[in-house]
Amino acid sequence: MGVSDKGMMQVKGLAVGYGNGSVPLHSNIDIEVNEGEFICLLGPNGAGKSTLIKTLAGFLKPIQGDVFFNGCSLKQLSESDRSKLVSVVLTDRLQVPNLTVFELVALGRTPYTGFFGKLTPEDVELVNNAISRVGLANYRHKPIDKMSDGERQKAMIAKALVQETPFIILDEPTAFLDLPAKLEIMQLLKRLSCEHGRGILLSTHDLEMALQIADKIWLLAQGRKLQVGIPEDLVLSNDFKSFFEREGVVFDNHSGSFKYHKISHKPVCVKGTGVECQWIERALYRVGYKPVKTECDYSVAVDTDNAHSYSLFKKNTLLLSGNKIEDVLNRLALEYCQ
Amino acid sequence: MQGDIAKGRKKVVFGGLVILLLLLLLMNISLGSVYIPFKMVIKWMLGLGIENEIWGNILLKSRLPQSLTALLAGAALAVGGLQMQTLFRNPLAGPSILGISSGAGLGVAVVVLAFGIFGSLSSLIVSSFGMLTVSFAAFLGAFGVLFVVLFLARKLRNNAMLLIVGIMVGYASSAIVGLLQFFSTKEDIKSYVVWELGSFNNVSWDKHLIFIPLLIAGLIASLFLIKSLNVLLLGENYAANLGLNIKRSRLGILVVTGILTATVTAFCGPIAFLGLAVPHLCKGLFKTADHSVLIPAVMMLGAALALFCNVIARLPGFDGALPINAVTSLIGAPIVVSVILKRRNLSE
Repeated sequence: MGVSDKGMMQVKGLAVGYGNGSVPLHSNIDIEVNEGEFICLLGPNGAGKSTLIKTLAGFLKPIQGDVFFNGCSLKQLSESDRSKLVSVVLTDRLQVPNLTVFELVALGRTPYTGFFGKLTPEDVELVNNAISRVGLANYRHKPIDKMSDGERQKAMIAKALVQETPFIILDEPTAFLDLPAKLEIMQLLKRLSCEHGRGILLSTHDLEMALQIADKIWLLAQGRKLQVGIPEDLVLSNDFKSFFEREGVVFDNHSGSFKYHKISHKPVCVKGTGVECQWIERALYRVGYKPVKTECDYSVAVDTDNAHSYSLFKKNTLLLSGNKIEDVLNRLALEYCQ
Repeated sequence: MQGDIAKGRKKVVFGGLVILLLLLLLMNISLGSVYIPFKMVIKWMLGLGIENEIWGNILLKSRLPQSLTALLAGAALAVGGLQMQTLFRNPLAGPSILGISSGAGLGVAVVVLAFGIFGSLSSLIVSSFGMLTVSFAAFLGAFGVLFVVLFLARKLRNNAMLLIVGIMVGYASSAIVGLLQFFSTKEDIKSYVVWELGSFNNVSWDKHLIFIPLLIAGLIASLFLIKSLNVLLLGENYAANLGLNIKRSRLGILVVTGILTATVTAFCGPIAFLGLAVPHLCKGLFKTADHSVLIPAVMMLGAALALFCNVIARLPGFDGALPINAVTSLIGAPIVVSVILKRRNLSE
């Protein structure tokens, strides 16, 4: 174990799965998490993300291989040693009446407190700082069972923070949250990894968000080898496509997002620029037309002077002029019926 | 700051509990079927002697040991209930959930009923050896079940499975008791039922030589589990991640609850609802989930409630004849229902 092992979580020849003697879900996994790195684990449902996460966090025994934190083998670490190296945020939904945010976060200090779990003034300060850090300063004494899922998740992250471990592992921290809350949590975690130098590994289903924010992505699917890389490389190597595409769902390498795949035969020409133009293309695509830039039977023009005005032409005859995309779509549908 | 208000409130509530406890203790000692002037009771308690020797005997040999029994039993059952509710993360768990009370019942049933079947010894045992044999049998039954549960706890990883095992052991013991009752005489069944109805009345000073040290040891041991219980609030996975040795602390909790419940049940019969109701009352009263507050709180409130039930059972007119289990159930059940209804309203 050299100095280079410091600040690193290493996975060597790991095989994961439930139960001893069973066929492992995944084997020969060799990966690393460095301090300050923000890693997203992605994969379809049933890929074994949770199993991998639980094994790395020490809840499941590896079938083969080992995990090293700062060079120490997970197998040889005692519970209390491990609690100072890796903290977790799990999917378990916590329902403890009367437990306040402060009390919950304070439990994160357990590995450092004495026999009766009494907090020192330094502990209290750490806990309060962490609560402010995740944006719950005004909710310090609010019971967690009266909070929203997003707020509770933030409290759990603060708990992981005061545990002062170099690594934090989170199992789907953004599940059950609405979109703004998802973004908030991801940004918060990203900041923590940058500013506090924590190595953060999280599993998620939000691919587009992961693509925008992760330092590295681990791709996992049933029966396939774990793919590791930075988001851009994985997109360009078509790994994303191959891991997630299925019938009717297409991954667009240009926008880095998924699209419903529709058989769109009828081309409609879109003229103009700007955000209105983009949304009209989206609307046409959604309903089943193929937005093109070349001249064809029907065309939609966005008025450049008056952005909220759309005109629909058949060849060169004006069919409709209005300020709602809905009207354009309705008229187009009418035309194609005839 | 809200935190400081909460701290101040806790101190006030704790102060109130102490006063309540002392008041109830005084009531238990001064009230009873034989009227003793309050002045005399106070004088006797201050060690200034008493004019009437009979009064002194009543106070020393009946009321004081009975009050001590209620006090300790109440505290013990409440602590056991709180520990089980936290360990199993189940608000309906109580100290009897491990099947220990049923085990004690089985022990008593074997002595009272089975001996009756094989040569009507039971009346002889109950009358001549007194309640000591019954207590001993209950003790054996309770600890027998406790060891079965502990043995299984080492094998089982999951707390939910342990809960099911506890309940099943309870059912099995009840079934055997039922069988024994089926083959027993009316008189034997009656003596069993009397034990089952519970009483704080049967622990004399010589039995206190066992009763007090066991319960005090269990109650003190429970203080050492405060940190583990707090971490277990988050569930086993989080607790393990926070450095808790799950198996060891679970074993500790089971042993402490087991000793407390087994001892109380052996000497007082299965006392219902105290262990279930008191933790809920305390959680509502102190608005906290922190066991460093809750453990001392349930000890005091448990003791107070047991003393209160004992006073009710001995109200003039009942002549101390009211079975304690009926009183605790009648008082405990509405408490549990109201706590649950209140919580529902709050969460909606």
